[in-house]
Amino acid sequence: MSSFIRWVDARFPLTKVWKEHFGEYYAPKNFNFLYYFGGILTVILIIQIVTGIILTMHYKPDVDLAFASVEYIMRDVPAGWFVRYLHSVGASMIFVALYVHMFRGLMYGSHRSPRELIWLLGMLLYVAMMAEAFFGYLLPWGNMSYWGAQVIVSLFGAIPFVGEGLAEWIRGDYVISDATLNRFFAFHVILLPLLLALLIYLHIVALHKVGSNNPDGVEIKQQKDETGKPLDGVPFHPYYTVKDTFGVGVFLTIYLAIVFFLPEFGGWFLEKDNFAPANILQTPPDIVPLWYLTPYYSILRAVTFEWLPGGAKLWGVIAMGGAIVIFFFLPWLDRSRVRSIRYRGWMFKTMLTLFVITFVMLGYLGTKNPGHVDLIWFKNVTWAQIGLVIYFAFFLLMPIYTRLDKTRPEPDRLVK
Amino acid sequence: MEDSRNNRRRRFLAVVTSVFGLVGVGTLAASFVASMRPSARARAAGAPVEVDIGDLREGQMMVVEWRGKPVWIIRRSREMLSGLGTLRSKLADPDSQVEQQPVYAQNETRSIYPEILIVLGVCTHLGCAPTKNFERGISSGLSEEWLGGFFCPCHGSTFDLAGRVYKNVPAPTNLEVPPHTFLSENRIVVGVDSGRAA
Amino acid sequence: MKKLLGLLFIVLIPFGAVASGGSNENLDTVHIDLSDTKSLQRGARTFVNYCLSCHGASYMRYERMAKDLKISDSLLRENLMFAADKPGELMMTTMPAEGAKQWFGVVPPDLSVTARYRRPDWIYTYLRSFYIDESSPTGWDNLVFPNVAMPNVLYRWQGGRIANFSESDGNKHFEGFEQLQPGEMTQEEFDLAIQDLTNFMVYLAEPAKLVRYRIGLWVIIFMVIFTIFAYFLYKEYWRDVR
Repeated sequence: MSSFIRWVDARFPLTKVWKEHFGEYYAPKNFNFLYYFGGILTVILIIQIVTGIILTMHYKPDVDLAFASVEYIMRDVPAGWFVRYLHSVGASMIFVALYVHMFRGLMYGSHRSPRELIWLLGMLLYVAMMAEAFFGYLLPWGNMSYWGAQVIVSLFGAIPFVGEGLAEWIRGDYVISDATLNRFFAFHVILLPLLLALLIYLHIVALHKVGSNNPDGVEIKQQKDETGKPLDGVPFHPYYTVKDTFGVGVFLTIYLAIVFFLPEFGGWFLEKDNFAPANILQTPPDIVPLWYLTPYYSILRAVTFEWLPGGAKLWGVIAMGGAIVIFFFLPWLDRSRVRSIRYRGWMFKTMLTLFVITFVMLGYLGTKNPGHVDLIWFKNVTWAQIGLVIYFAFFLLMPIYTRLDKTRPEPDRLVK
Repeated sequence: MEDSRNNRRRRFLAVVTSVFGLVGVGTLAASFVASMRPSARARAAGAPVEVDIGDLREGQMMVVEWRGKPVWIIRRSREMLSGLGTLRSKLADPDSQVEQQPVYAQNETRSIYPEILIVLGVCTHLGCAPTKNFERGISSGLSEEWLGGFFCPCHGSTFDLAGRVYKNVPAPTNLEVPPHTFLSENRIVVGVDSGRAA
Repeated sequence: MKKLLGLLFIVLIPFGAVASGGSNENLDTVHIDLSDTKSLQRGARTFVNYCLSCHGASYMRYERMAKDLKISDSLLRENLMFAADKPGELMMTTMPAEGAKQWFGVVPPDLSVTARYRRPDWIYTYLRSFYIDESSPTGWDNLVFPNVAMPNVLYRWQGGRIANFSESDGNKHFEGFEQLQPGEMTQEEFDLAIQDLTNFMVYLAEPAKLVRYRIGLWVIIFMVIFTIFAYFLYKEYWRDVR
C-alpha cells in the first residue's frame, strides 16, 4: 500500500493534500454545535447531486409531460418516490443548514478580517443556491411552480428601460412556457451545479488559507507550541471527522424522518397547490415562493409607497435586491473591535436578536396575504414594513452601533 | 494498560461506526441502483402479448411485437420441416445446447408443435434484423443447397427454418425462442413461460 | 449566547408549527386509515364504477392498485377493469375529453393526485354536499363547491335533497338539507361509502404511502443506532483533547 502511495505521490500531491486539509489542518478545539453545518451542507449537497442525476433519468422537461413524469417517478420508477422526496426535502434542508451556517458566521464574526473573501464566496454560494432552488421549483410544472416563476420573472420587468426585454429574454417567450421550462432545466442541472461546485471549492480554499474562526474569535495560529502546532487547535482528522460524523448522523436522522413521515412538511416543503398541473387560466389564491425565499418576497411586497419616483414596484424590487446585496458589505459595515458576540456589548446583541426575529417574521409574512391580520394589531403588510425598516437598520446602522458598543477585550487563548 | 484498553475501545467503535456507515451508504446506493431497473411502465409495455394465428397459412410468417422486439411466428409446411433433419453437419448448434430457448423448445424443430416456430427476429450477432428467405436452392439467391431460412444483411449470418445458426457465420448462437404458451390451437401468449400445449 | 439561541428557538417553533392553513370552510372530518385494506377495496370499487366513467386517474396502473389492495387478478379483470385490456394499463377514463367539454363545459380533472391538492376532509364533505338546484345546468349544486359543473353521481345512493337558505344582511346562510326522495342507502351507509372512497383517493394520490411509514421506521432505528455509535466514537477521540 505504502509503495502505491509513494508511486502516486511522485505524480500527484495526494499525501500533501491530505495533510494540508485533513491530517494536519488544525482547527480550533472549541467548536460548538453551530459548526456542524458546514459539513452537513456538503453531505446534503452530494445527496442532491446524486438524487438529481437519478431524477434527470426519468424527468421530462416538456410542458405536456413534466407534471406526469414527476408522478411517473412517484409511482412507476422503482424507489422513485424515495429519490424524489430526498431531493425535494433536501432542498429545504440545505436552506435550514445554510441559514444556521450564515447566522453562526454573523454571530462569531467569521466575516471579519482576514475572512472577508470566505464571507463573499459564501454569499455568492447563497445567491447561487437560491437561483438553483428557484429554477428547480419550476420543473414539477405544478400550478404554484408556474405562477411562482411567472411572478419572480416579472420582477425583472420593473427595471427601467431594459426590464420588459430582459424578462422576455429570460423566459424566451411572453409568458412562462415550454421554452422557459427547458432552459430552467438546463440551468438547474448543469449551469448552477457547476457554479456551486466551483464556489464551494473556492470557499474551502479560502477557509484553509486563513484557518477557521471559532466562538471566541481567537486567532489560534498566533499561539503555537515549539513544533509549530497551534496550541488551541486539533487536527481536523480524526477529531473533527468523527465529530462531524456524529453531527451529520443527527441531521440525517431528522432529514430522513421528514422524508419518510412528513415529506410535505405541512405544505412548507411541498405546497398543495403544486399537486395540480400548471394552469394558465387559474391563479392559486396566494402565490408564494417556498419558505426559504419568503423573507425577500415579504420585503418586495412591503414597498407599497406609490409616491416614490418610478413607482412602488420598482422600489420593491430594489429593496428586495438590496436586502440580498447588503449582506456582501457586512465585513466592512462591522466596525467592532472584536469578532465574537461573546465579547461584544448589548447593542450588537440586541440588533442581532432583533434581526433574526425580523428575518423569521418576514419569512412567515411572505407566505401570508398582505391584507390579512395573521400577527397581532396590524395588517401583515404593516408588519412587513416594520420588518423592512429593522432589516435595513441592522445593516446600515452597523458602522455606528458596532463602534459605540462597549466590548470586552478578546483573550489570546481559548476560554475553558 | 489504560492506554491499550482505550485503543481497543477506540478501534471497536471505529469499526462498528464504519460498518454502520458503509451499510447505510450501501443501502442508499442500492436504492438508487434499483431505481434504474425497468419501471412499471416499461414492464407494462413488455407485458405478455396474445396472438391469434388462425389466419396464418402454411408457409407464411407473421410478426408481432413483444418488449419492443419483433417476434416471428411461422407455420412451417411439411416440406419446410423435412429439411431440418438433413442440415446437422452444417449447423453450429444443431441440438440447441446453448440456452437460447425454453426447455420445451429444445428439440429439432425448436417448437412446441412441430409446424409452429416462434423466434425473436433479432440476429444473435449484433442485433440486426434478419430477413426471411423461404425460397429453396438457386432461386433464393444464396446458394444451391439453401433449404430456406433467414439471412442477416448486416454481416451475412444465416439461419435455418428452425432459427438454428449455420457454421462459419458471424452469429454465435441460434435465434432466441421467447417464452410462450398456447391457450388453444390458434391462440398463443408470448411472454408467459408455462410452455403448455393446448 | 445561550439566551440568544433560546430566543431563536422560541421564535422558530411557532413558525414550524403553523402549517399552511388554507380556507376555513366548515368541513367534516374524515377518518383515513390506509391499513384498512377492506375499506380501500370498497373505495376502489366505487371509484372505478362511478368516478372513472368521467374522470381519469391516469398516473395510476390497475396492476399496482390490485397488488397494493390485495385484489386478485381474476377479480380485477372481472369487476374493476372496464376501460382497459391489460392490468398494466393506466386508469384512463372512457369519456373522450372533447365530449366532456361539450357536456360539462370543462374537462373533468384527473383524480390521481386530487387528495394531495384538496385535503381528504374537503373531498369527504364535497361528495356529501350535493343538493338539487333546478336553476343550474346539471340540476345540481354543491355547498362546498358552488356552481360546480359536476352532477351528483351518487344520487341513487344518497337520494335527492334540497338546501334551505335564510337571508340576512344580503348574505345567504345555509340552514340545512331537506330530503325529497330517499336514496338506496341510509345516511350512515352513505357516509361510510364516501369515507371508503375518500380513503381510496388518499391512497391513490400517493401509493408509496403504504410502504413509506414501514420502511421509514427501520431507517430511523438504523440511523439512531449509527448516531449513538458515532457519538461514543466522537467522545472516545475527544478524551485526548483538553
